[in-house]
Amino acid sequence: MIRWLQKLYYPIQAGHYRLERHSMGLALGIIFAASIGGFVEIAPLFTIDETVESAPDMRVYTPLEQAGRDIYVREGCYLCHSQMIRTLADEVDRYGPYSLAVESQYDHPMLWGSKRTGPDLARLGGKYSDDWHVAHLIDPRAVVPKSVMPHYAFLADTPLETASLPARLAALRAVGVPYSDEMIENAARDALGQVRPDSDRGDEVLERYGDDTQIRNFDGDTQRLTEMDALVAYLQILGKLTDVAQVTESAAIEADMEAVQ
Amino acid sequence: MAAKLTFAERQVALLILVVIALVGLAMAALGAGDAMGVHGFIVLIASLGLIFVLGASLDAPAPTEDRSREYYDDPIKVGIVLAMVWAVIGMGVGDWVAWMLAYPDLRFDAAWSSFGRMRPVHTTGIIFGFGGNALIATSMHVMQRTSRARLAGQIAPWFVLLGYNLFVVLAVTGYVMGVTQSKEYAEAEWYADIWLVIVWVAYFALYIRTLARRNEPHIYVANWYYLAFILVVAVLHIVNNLAVPASFTAAKSYSLFSGVQDAMTQWWYGHNAVAFFLTAGFLGMLYYYLPKRAQRPIYSYRLSILSFWGIVFFYIWVGSHHLHYTALPHWVQTLGMTFSVMLLVPSWASAGNALMTLNGAWHKVRDDATLRFMFVAAVFYGLSTFEGSFMAIRPVNSLSHYTDWTVGHVHAGAMGWVALITFGAIYAATPIIWRRETMYSWKLVEWHFWLALAGTVIYIFAMWNSGIVQGLMWRTYNEAGTLQYSFMDTVEAMHPYYIARAIGGLLFLIGAIIGFYNIWMTARDVRGEVHTLDHPTGSEAGEPAVPVAE
Repeated sequence: MIRWLQKLYYPIQAGHYRLERHSMGLALGIIFAASIGGFVEIAPLFTIDETVESAPDMRVYTPLEQAGRDIYVREGCYLCHSQMIRTLADEVDRYGPYSLAVESQYDHPMLWGSKRTGPDLARLGGKYSDDWHVAHLIDPRAVVPKSVMPHYAFLADTPLETASLPARLAALRAVGVPYSDEMIENAARDALGQVRPDSDRGDEVLERYGDDTQIRNFDGDTQRLTEMDALVAYLQILGKLTDVAQVTESAAIEADMEAVQ
Repeated sequence: MAAKLTFAERQVALLILVVIALVGLAMAALGAGDAMGVHGFIVLIASLGLIFVLGASLDAPAPTEDRSREYYDDPIKVGIVLAMVWAVIGMGVGDWVAWMLAYPDLRFDAAWSSFGRMRPVHTTGIIFGFGGNALIATSMHVMQRTSRARLAGQIAPWFVLLGYNLFVVLAVTGYVMGVTQSKEYAEAEWYADIWLVIVWVAYFALYIRTLARRNEPHIYVANWYYLAFILVVAVLHIVNNLAVPASFTAAKSYSLFSGVQDAMTQWWYGHNAVAFFLTAGFLGMLYYYLPKRAQRPIYSYRLSILSFWGIVFFYIWVGSHHLHYTALPHWVQTLGMTFSVMLLVPSWASAGNALMTLNGAWHKVRDDATLRFMFVAAVFYGLSTFEGSFMAIRPVNSLSHYTDWTVGHVHAGAMGWVALITFGAIYAATPIIWRRETMYSWKLVEWHFWLALAGTVIYIFAMWNSGIVQGLMWRTYNEAGTLQYSFMDTVEAMHPYYIARAIGGLLFLIGAIIGFYNIWMTARDVRGEVHTLDHPTGSEAGEPAVPVAE
């Protein structure tokens, strides 16, 4: 092996000596050397089926939830809150079943995050009441005294812009989210419908997005559809698009129990 | 600046500016009511301002001297000043948000001033504003000197430099308005991304055309690194930013990738922004300015080849170490971890090569703060690459990930390595570019050095403490078998470290302001003017472009 390398040493050095005289040769060499790793690691993620689990019950975000997600992105919430519970015991104990790839399959882009200045939010949905979220977003330190989170009181006073929702859903369909023509067409109407329980519009949302969709007024202001409605609707759906993670966890626990017996 | 252009060149420049102004006008009109409209006005005002500058000297007499006999240093001067302006902005905002984490009400009662919107202003201001301008300016200096040839083109260098700054302005003003893709270190929206591609192609063409003019048979090592920086950043930028806009008259777009594929793509980009923007480019600086300032040849030519190709090949694999224990398939995590550890070899080869180069010049390191900046930068480069490989090991990462340890590690690299090598390079280049004997004040360089070093050390120690404390608290169980600390307990425990960190950052910022003042005064102070210019020449004439071994 060493002798073999020794034989190669001088040809390589001489070759490199020549390469240093050709700028385009260097450029091509750099591109070649730098592309291998990316190809090997990224390309298979699109082709290997096991990369993303299948979850038949997985639903898409409603227009209101997607609008809330866009606000979450706009305000940079992901810079302090992750949405990715790792496969570590303390994280599962603190936040719930570890995150599965399928749970963010419709997330363009993903918001897994890289820093927890605040807690993980992957399973936030249903943990707190709407009122708690609204109070917390308006003044975090009124609810959690030592919190360092900025306040988002202006969301409650800002009417939600819904006119662009059909175009936004259409763009999401273009990148792979299975929105139907009907969903796209009625996106603005459905955003309003989701905060109007017991109305025709509300029923239409249930028809299009499933009976489990949370139809209610989220921000306590029944007069207007605000950005607060959208953000709270999004926070309340986090981790609830599918229950495959809970099913996977209980299956794993059962398997463990059987193994013990 | 237009006085140095021929009449034909002035017309071309004017035409380019008019086209950009029209694009700005179209964006302002079509994007009215959206952030895109505001960006249209920014483009319009910037290009009209330049048209005004150009127009003021449109009728000036054309240059008569033979321009190829002189280096083209005017764009470099502007690039250095812009780098320092962005340094002060980026570090200022960074320190402000650091204080905000300790005292969350230390802000304006307006949506734009929240941590979530200001943090990308800090990262983009530093990485792309400060780092990018420093890279462009020094690369133009290095490519001319090591090729002994004038920059190719009169307009292209300006187009690259000013066009690039327009991108950074669009990015940063976008975040303030809430325009972001949420992709870390690639937050700018689609039209700004397209503009950067255009600027970047011009940058690559400028580099290759200047190399083609060279009067040296070999392309010096520093240029390999700058080339790798330009090329690979182009690939990363294009792939990571693939997106579909919701409307062509508004800023919002949706990433082409989702979930796990998007996570891998983002960290493939994110870590290689560290590799090819914040490492390769700055190693280019190191390989020119350090031997030049120390007046010593690079210790080992072979080691520089080994480390160059090692860095180019290994780095691209390691992005997945940001996703340990996540829903990313295990095999990709393992690959990322393995290559991260192997990466230590070429990284330390580079750092060692730099430090060994200083053998025989240690007295200069002691006496000359400029060289000391570069020496300490090489030390921090070695330390932070070791730390990086260590943190990429899966069980270590289970503790460090999501905590301030990561933040501390990044700043060991960004402050200790990237910023210090940049300050060293700028202090070395400034007198040459402005034809001065020395910097305005060597004492201020000393002050800057010690403030920067103290700030960096305080910052890193604060973040090591807070990161490890928080990581351990998260995983502590009590005797009953339940978690000992609530999340808020761990947030409270961070408070003293956040104050310490903000103080460290403040020292660093004060150092940068002093540096900016010193550079500004050097440029203004005509007393020290020297006329012994360096000229492009054939390699037979005069001294070698960089010190060579006997």
